[in-house]
Amino acid sequence: MLLFSLIPMQFQTPNILLATPEMFLLAGTCFVLLTDLFVKDSQRFITYLLTQIVLLVTAGLVLFGTTEMNLILAESYQATGQSGATAFSDMFVLDPMAQILKISILLVTVGVFVYSREYLRARDMYKGEFFTLGLFAVLGMMIMVSAKTMLLIYLGLELLSLAMYAMVAFKRDDGRASEAAMKYFVLGAIASGMLLYGMSIIYGVSGSLHLDHIANYMSTHPVMENIGLLLGLAFIIVGLGFKLGVVPFHMWVPDVYDGSPTAVTLFLGTAPKIAAFAMVIRLLVEGMGDMVQGWQQILSLLAALSLLAGNIIAIAQTNIKRMLAYSTISHMGFVLMGILAGSHEGYAASMFYIITYAIIAMGVFAVVLLLSREGYEADQLNDLKGLSSRHPWYAFMMMLFLFSMAGVPPTVGFYAKLSVITAVVDANIIWLAVFGVVMSVIGAYYYLRAIKLMYFDKPEGSTSSVLALVKWDFRVLLSLNGLSVLALGILPGTLMTVCLKAIQSSL
Amino acid sequence: MTFELFIFYLFSAVTLFSAVAVVTVRNPIYSALFLILAFFSSAATWVLLEAEFLGVVLVLVYVGAVMVLFLFVIMMLDIQIDTIREGFIRYLPVGILVAVAVAAEMILVVNSEVFNVDIPAPTPLSVNNTEALGEVLYTEYVFPFQIAAVILVVAIISAIVLTLRRRKGVKKQDPSKQVRTRREDRIRMVKMKAEKRQ
Repeated sequence: MLLFSLIPMQFQTPNILLATPEMFLLAGTCFVLLTDLFVKDSQRFITYLLTQIVLLVTAGLVLFGTTEMNLILAESYQATGQSGATAFSDMFVLDPMAQILKISILLVTVGVFVYSREYLRARDMYKGEFFTLGLFAVLGMMIMVSAKTMLLIYLGLELLSLAMYAMVAFKRDDGRASEAAMKYFVLGAIASGMLLYGMSIIYGVSGSLHLDHIANYMSTHPVMENIGLLLGLAFIIVGLGFKLGVVPFHMWVPDVYDGSPTAVTLFLGTAPKIAAFAMVIRLLVEGMGDMVQGWQQILSLLAALSLLAGNIIAIAQTNIKRMLAYSTISHMGFVLMGILAGSHEGYAASMFYIITYAIIAMGVFAVVLLLSREGYEADQLNDLKGLSSRHPWYAFMMMLFLFSMAGVPPTVGFYAKLSVITAVVDANIIWLAVFGVVMSVIGAYYYLRAIKLMYFDKPEGSTSSVLALVKWDFRVLLSLNGLSVLALGILPGTLMTVCLKAIQSSL
Repeated sequence: MTFELFIFYLFSAVTLFSAVAVVTVRNPIYSALFLILAFFSSAATWVLLEAEFLGVVLVLVYVGAVMVLFLFVIMMLDIQIDTIREGFIRYLPVGILVAVAVAAEMILVVNSEVFNVDIPAPTPLSVNNTEALGEVLYTEYVFPFQIAAVILVVAIISAIVLTLRRRKGVKKQDPSKQVRTRREDRIRMVKMKAEKRQ
């Protein structure tokens, strides 16, 4: 079944200006890449500054849009009554959900680069390519967020993944980093293969790669008896599970988090999670919304297993990065809980959860970066000992982040968990909601243990008493980051409303 | 059996045989050569499907470029086959179990009614398929096409970042340095006292 003739008789020029932010980012990335060739090692600051400017301008373009972009959006609103417009033969979509997720990705990446600058400088990794690869990864994430066909989802994912593999292996003489990169690469390739296979089956059955056409096909056919579609769905969920890092596809997460340089872990554990969320929403909700019965069951199991394994194995860790890796697995379980609720409130709760999680994770890894210095990685839990007597303010920030991860009010983590659990209860999956609550109580143990180490234990010797030399921008951003966790926790309404409105007008 | 069907079975058999040979032969060079054979015969299958552009590209890109590079790498590295083979027997039972389970499940699903559809009749094209692909690639699919190009750029950058480095202790010749050499760099004047006659 061909939905459009192979060769279009009259080809209409796509509304390419709708992708202005992406085009600006790509052009800016190439500019940074070329400028870096003419910059001496001592002037690397120029590359860094250009990177940040490119990211901020792109975020501005997404937020405010150009005149042409707004015109296209307004025309589309008048024609269809929906906010959001498509371009490039309906392959690319710019809707409120895409806008919010893109802005979050861009701003989180700006923060990641601010945090990682001194770390990179101390480890001979302060090179232009680090920033260029980061920018390409951001481009991949933006494409994933705006993709309306499986083809673009896959291409965006590959662009992101390839840049990430190279960043993990960036310290190529470090054995552990190379091992992490190999594991990440091999498992990522298997996951991509699974995802592609699932996509090809769905394409074979429904006759189109476009998510709207797939949704149309599914709404007019009995989908739950169609074993072909179910097989495709299973493969797609395996692929998504690998990319999200949920149990039982989580084995790579601790090794990669632990093995990569901390600055890369910081990037890996924040912005790509937001893009992965978008990928799940686009594929499962927009494309295969009629198979909700099918994916709800599978996701419930994955979410429950992630909560169980993530929280319990994290207790046994002595390494902060590994502990945070397992904590990520359990947080991804919470994100899945919101999605599998299958309601707009649930998707909005998940969106809120993933955005705030990215902010919190950024802060936690920033403190880990802060404690490490030249030739020394502060990646053991014992390195936190007595932090409060040495640096009360940073210890307070770390406490806010850890409380937020544990879900203690008044931090934002509490509200995020609450809204996800409410959505699950509304969907009448009570067992999962109860299980989620019990597991987050178990999880609170290892967060509180870290806080106890900071506040009630004496520092060990002089080895961990020196703080890395960080500039004012790092300190200011970390303080803002910590306070935002508190502010969002006390006043979550605005962000939550924005998320809900975006989901309602996009889906 | 028509001649076309005969050709199809011939090339399919060669593809299957060479694909199995890739993973079973001991010598990695033979393995790579069998992979070339597998690519070549699947290119022939593509041509049978009237997708001659894809067939030609497969031969040009994979056989012509990628596999030659593979052969270079294999010949330059000193690969210890025995260490690679280590554990092959140990993991074999699990491997076979997984492979059989996956294959059985796939066969069960693929044999179901969903996939039991008539083979669609080929749509006659007014132009050859290279031209047809070219037209959609730069119109309908211009965005994915550009992204694919960006992915290739990332691959180049990553490859250079990970391999280009200044290593110490490499005995590399630098002609300009050799030309600019001065007498003082090469010879050392040593003043010694004459040895006493014994």
